[in-house]
Amino acid sequence: MTDASVAVAGAPSTTRRRWLTTIARQRELSLVAIMFVLGGLVSISAPQFLTASNLSQVAVLASVTALAAIGEALVIITRNVDLSVEAMIGLVAYVVAISLETHTLSAPVAILVGLLIGLVLGMINGFVIAVLRVPAIVATLGTLSVFRGIDYFIAGSHQVGLASLPDGFTDPASGDIFGIPIFVVIAVVVVAIGMVILRSSRFGRQLYAVGSNPEAAAILGIPSKRVVFTAFALCGLTAGAAGVMWVMEYGTINGTAATGAGLAIIAAVVVGGVNIFGGSGTLAGAALGALFLGFIANALILVGLSQFWLQAIYGAVILAAVATDALILRRIQRATSRRASR
Amino acid sequence: MTAVAVPRSGTFAWQRLIRWESLLVIALLALIAIGNSLSPFFLTAGNFANLIAALMEVAIMALPMTLIIVAGEIDLSVESMAGLASSILGFLWGAGVPLTIAIPIVLLVGALGGLFNGLLVARARLPSLVVTLGTLALFRGLALIVLGPRGVSDFPAGFTELGFGHVPGTLIPWPFVVFVGLAILLGIVLHRTWIGRQVYAIGRNQGAARFSGVRVTRVKIGLFMLSGLVASLAGIILTSRLSSARADAAQGMTLTVVTVVLLGGVNIFGGSGSIPGVALAVLVVAVMQNALRLASVTVEVQSIALGLLLILSVVIPNSAHQAKSAIDRVRGGRPPPAGSVRRGEEAQAR
Repeated sequence: MTDASVAVAGAPSTTRRRWLTTIARQRELSLVAIMFVLGGLVSISAPQFLTASNLSQVAVLASVTALAAIGEALVIITRNVDLSVEAMIGLVAYVVAISLETHTLSAPVAILVGLLIGLVLGMINGFVIAVLRVPAIVATLGTLSVFRGIDYFIAGSHQVGLASLPDGFTDPASGDIFGIPIFVVIAVVVVAIGMVILRSSRFGRQLYAVGSNPEAAAILGIPSKRVVFTAFALCGLTAGAAGVMWVMEYGTINGTAATGAGLAIIAAVVVGGVNIFGGSGTLAGAALGALFLGFIANALILVGLSQFWLQAIYGAVILAAVATDALILRRIQRATSRRASR
Repeated sequence: MTAVAVPRSGTFAWQRLIRWESLLVIALLALIAIGNSLSPFFLTAGNFANLIAALMEVAIMALPMTLIIVAGEIDLSVESMAGLASSILGFLWGAGVPLTIAIPIVLLVGALGGLFNGLLVARARLPSLVVTLGTLALFRGLALIVLGPRGVSDFPAGFTELGFGHVPGTLIPWPFVVFVGLAILLGIVLHRTWIGRQVYAIGRNQGAARFSGVRVTRVKIGLFMLSGLVASLAGIILTSRLSSARADAAQGMTLTVVTVVLLGGVNIFGGSGSIPGVALAVLVVAVMQNALRLASVTVEVQSIALGLLLILSVVIPNSAHQAKSAIDRVRGGRPPPAGSVRRGEEAQAR
């Protein structure tokens, strides 16, 4: 059993790999297919759904979720989870907004500081989990509360309005490059960079190895603590980026910004085909998952269903994705054990 | 140091448990001293009745959560189930259904929601963390669909008495009576019956428990049903105490529930923990929240303290175990594996 899993983690046989990638591709393809069907159906009752302006608005909103989902995907690939992302987004968003309102920082510096705060918060999570060995679920449930509390403490009942941000700061949210919204370009670039790193760097391979079989990874001498720490730190960094984009997108920021966004982010990651049991999934899938959920949210509004359905849909999506993952995983295990016994 | 010299027969683990609970008592006394210095009204019976009443929904939900975490699982969906209970209760009452019918319906929904969690975890063998994360969103979504953004608040006085009133002639709030009754019941089940032994056995080594004839699936489904049922009861009590039914009731409460359970000395990896420890932790958190309020720290900012408390209640036992291993190494003995300490505790408990 152990021998087999080591072999799988080390050098997967070509047939098996082909089979796995087919499934992985299917998840992304099936998401796209569902979106097309859904788009067709919705546009029958709401013709404004398939207009360029509506679709680009959906894509811009989804890009913010997608960026946070990319970091969350890194964490979930290592077989952990980060519940504190929404609090990191909220805290970064408020700090950036208030430092711009009080003219403490110029816009570029504020953006850098926002990213840096995200990174530091992520490193705190990574330290508590990798070094202090607190299970991720407990650690990030705790830091979710701590980060949000700090946010409330700084913000009080103050709200930064759109008018008090410097001129042009929120322009990237509505601007475009060759007709493609800037936010979408950012998300695509980050996904591309991340995919290259995961596919061809040592860190990327180690990330999958730790997630797919921690014991085998330890036997191979992979520094799993460092890998998990880095995944959480990067998750903080992308949450910081999402926080900055949150300010640009919404403009009006108070202590409750991004409350409840965490479940949508996790739902995006798992619906995008990142296996909740760790070890497989792509960043493009996570980003696509965010787009998919954004699509559904928009369709709900246009069809006239209440926004209240959204929360239940996120829950159903998480449950459906985890059930599918488990089913696929068991099929694979059964298939490999049959092949091994032959 | 002297504790280490004791032969490795399980006495150490027993002492460690005692130490954790005495640590809680010391923390409680310190918090009471701080509270007393903050306000002359702190040490009055009325204030204690209030601070206890404010945490009773959390305390009640912490009891089944204790059993679930001892069995090596977790239920993150309790806050949403409480919200769903409040929402359905408000909806039914608003639609003219009498409370004598509405309350049993709500409790039934709670048990069914728990059954749903339990089937997915125990029968479909999905990780409870993700399943209950999904139902955390799902149940809250259903609550929002049922009641929408409105609040229902025209409940009869007899109903609000349940959450708001006191036992006649005393200052003891009714929810506290519910908590004590449930704590005694579940304490006996966990610590004195074969069901409790099975719960510990599952948490320690699920495979071994299954081979020893423990019906793991059935026990786990039962635990999740209990959790759902009790969460809906907590939702009813919360609705009564605030005399208002809302879809967003109990939002964020899971954090406090898990904090209380882990602060009570329950091992997050399953297999150990006790109801008396959790009851003590309820008191500590209630007094801490009251003292912070007296120091005019807002409820929102208090969440910093609560989050830190949650992390510390895992870090401190972890590092205590590491420190003990280190001392053993220095003394030339080999450190016992983590499991042996737990087994020692088991032997002592018998």
